[in-house]
Amino acid sequence: MRDVAIVGFTQTKHRRRVDERNEVEMLMPVIGELFEDLGVTIGDIGFTVSGSTDYLAGQGFSFVMTLDAVGPFPPISESHVEMDGAWAMAEAWTKIQTGTVDTALVYAYGKSSPGSLRDVLTRQLDPYYVAPLWPDAISLAALQARAMLEAGLTTEAELAEIAVRNRRSALDNPFAQLALDGDVDALLAAPTLVSPLRRHDCPPITDGACAMVLAAGDRARELCDRPAWIRGLDHRVEAHTLGVRDLTDSVSTRLAAQGAGALGGRYDFAELHAPFTHQEVLVRSALELGSDVAINPSGGALAANPVMATGLVRMGEAATRISRGEGDRALAHATQGPLLQQNLVCVLEGE
Amino acid sequence: MSDLISQIPALADVEPVRSIRTPARLDYRFTAGEATSRFLRGLAQRRILGERCSVCGKVYVPPRGPCPTDGVPTREQVELPHTGVVTTFCIVNLQFYGQAMEVPYVSATILLDGADIGLFALVQEIPYDQVRMGMRVEAVWVDDDQLAPTLESIKWFRPTGEPDADYESYREHV
Repeated sequence: MRDVAIVGFTQTKHRRRVDERNEVEMLMPVIGELFEDLGVTIGDIGFTVSGSTDYLAGQGFSFVMTLDAVGPFPPISESHVEMDGAWAMAEAWTKIQTGTVDTALVYAYGKSSPGSLRDVLTRQLDPYYVAPLWPDAISLAALQARAMLEAGLTTEAELAEIAVRNRRSALDNPFAQLALDGDVDALLAAPTLVSPLRRHDCPPITDGACAMVLAAGDRARELCDRPAWIRGLDHRVEAHTLGVRDLTDSVSTRLAAQGAGALGGRYDFAELHAPFTHQEVLVRSALELGSDVAINPSGGALAANPVMATGLVRMGEAATRISRGEGDRALAHATQGPLLQQNLVCVLEGE
Repeated sequence: MSDLISQIPALADVEPVRSIRTPARLDYRFTAGEATSRFLRGLAQRRILGERCSVCGKVYVPPRGPCPTDGVPTREQVELPHTGVVTTFCIVNLQFYGQAMEVPYVSATILLDGADIGLFALVQEIPYDQVRMGMRVEAVWVDDDQLAPTLESIKWFRPTGEPDADYESYREHV
C-alpha cells in the first residue's frame, strides 16, 4: 500500500442560501484558494474526482458544468460520484493506490436552496414502494429517533446536549453556518418539529462547497509541512429497503470501521457525519468511541450541512486540525443515503 | 415471478403487476449566477455582454462564470456587436410539443463578431433552404416594450447581405 495523505483543504463559509452565485461560481473560489495555498495548478494534479447530485440543482448534468471550475483543458483524467465527496475521496485514494498518479483533486458541493431539500431527498428512496409515498427526510429521521428512544438507547435530554455541544463548538469554526451557545433546558421546552425531533435535533439547510488535495509519499511532504496520512479507509452499504434494516444500529459503520482498522484505536478527536442528533449516538456507538474522544470540534453536520459535501468536510476538518498540530490521530466518518444507509470511515494520523 | 405469486392461494389467479406509475414533481428556483445575470440584464437594454478570460483572452457569450479552459472567473465585460456568422445550423422539420415556430425553420450557432463561442439562435427572413455556413447575420430584437432579461429579447438573426465569411475565419468554432 502507498502512503497517501490529505495535504490541503478549503471550504466555503456555509450559508443558508447563496442566491447570487450558481454552483460553478460557488465552487471556483474554493478550488482557486486551494491551488494557491499549495502552489499548484491543475497541471500538477493527476486525477480529479467530485461528488454532487443533480437533484439539488434540478438540472441534468450540472456536475459537468461545474467541472469548468478546475480548468479541465488540456483534457484531464476525471471522474464523478453521485455521492458525498467523501466517496470521491475514496475513489481518489484508490486511484493513487494503483500507482498511476501521485496527486488527486477531490471536490464536492451542495446547493440545497433552489428546491425543497426534505422532498428532494425522497428521490433517493426505493422507487417502487417508498419514494411514491414521499416520506420527507425529517419524518424518516424521526422514525429512527423514535425507535432509538423506545429501545432506551438515548433520551431527549441527551439529544439536546448533543445539539448544544456541536453548535457551541462551531463558535470556533469560521466556516460554520449555525453556531451558538444554547441551553439544554430551553431547547427541551421547545415544541417538536416532527415528533420526537425538535428543531435543534435537525441540521440546517446549507449551500456550500469544499475541495481537497491528496498526495502520495514524498510528494505529500513537499506540498504540506504536516500531511494528514490516511492510515485506514473503508466504506460499507446496508440494504436500500428501510424495513429490512435495524434502524437502531449502524452495522455498516461498524463494518467499515473494522475494515479501516479503526476500532480500539486511540484518537484525539473524531469528526462524525451525523445530520441528526440521534445519529451521532448511533455512529459513536458503532465506532466504539469513549468519552475521552472529543466529538466534532468543528460543530459537525449540525452546524453546517452542505448535502453531498458534508462528509468530505468531516475528512477535511479532521485533516486540517492534524496539519495544524492540534492532534496526532483522528477518526473521520461520512454517511450517505437515507438513515445512515452507507458509511465511510477514515483514520488520519500526523507524523 | 408469476410462479412466486401462484404459491399464495389467494393470488393464484391474479394477473401480475407489470408496471406502475409514480408521478413525481419537484419545483426549483434557478440561480443564473453573477455572470449570466449580467448578460441577461444587458439583453433587457438591447445589449449583448460577453466576458473575457484574463488568462487566454477568449470572450464567452453567454458567460457562465468561469473560463472553462483556465478555471478562473471571467471578470472583464465586453460589449459585442449584434452581427456575426452562421457557423453551423440545422433545419427543423419535426413538430414537437411546446414548439413556438412553424416547421420547417432553422436553428443555428452564431459566432458574434469578437466572440469565441457560438450563440444558439433562430435564423429567419430568408428561405430555410438558403441558409448556409459562413452567412453573415444580424440580430433582430423585439420591440422596446417587450425587452426583458431573457434571450427571447432577440427574436432571431437575419442575413445582412454582406459576402459570406471565409471558412478559415470560423473553423475553430464549428
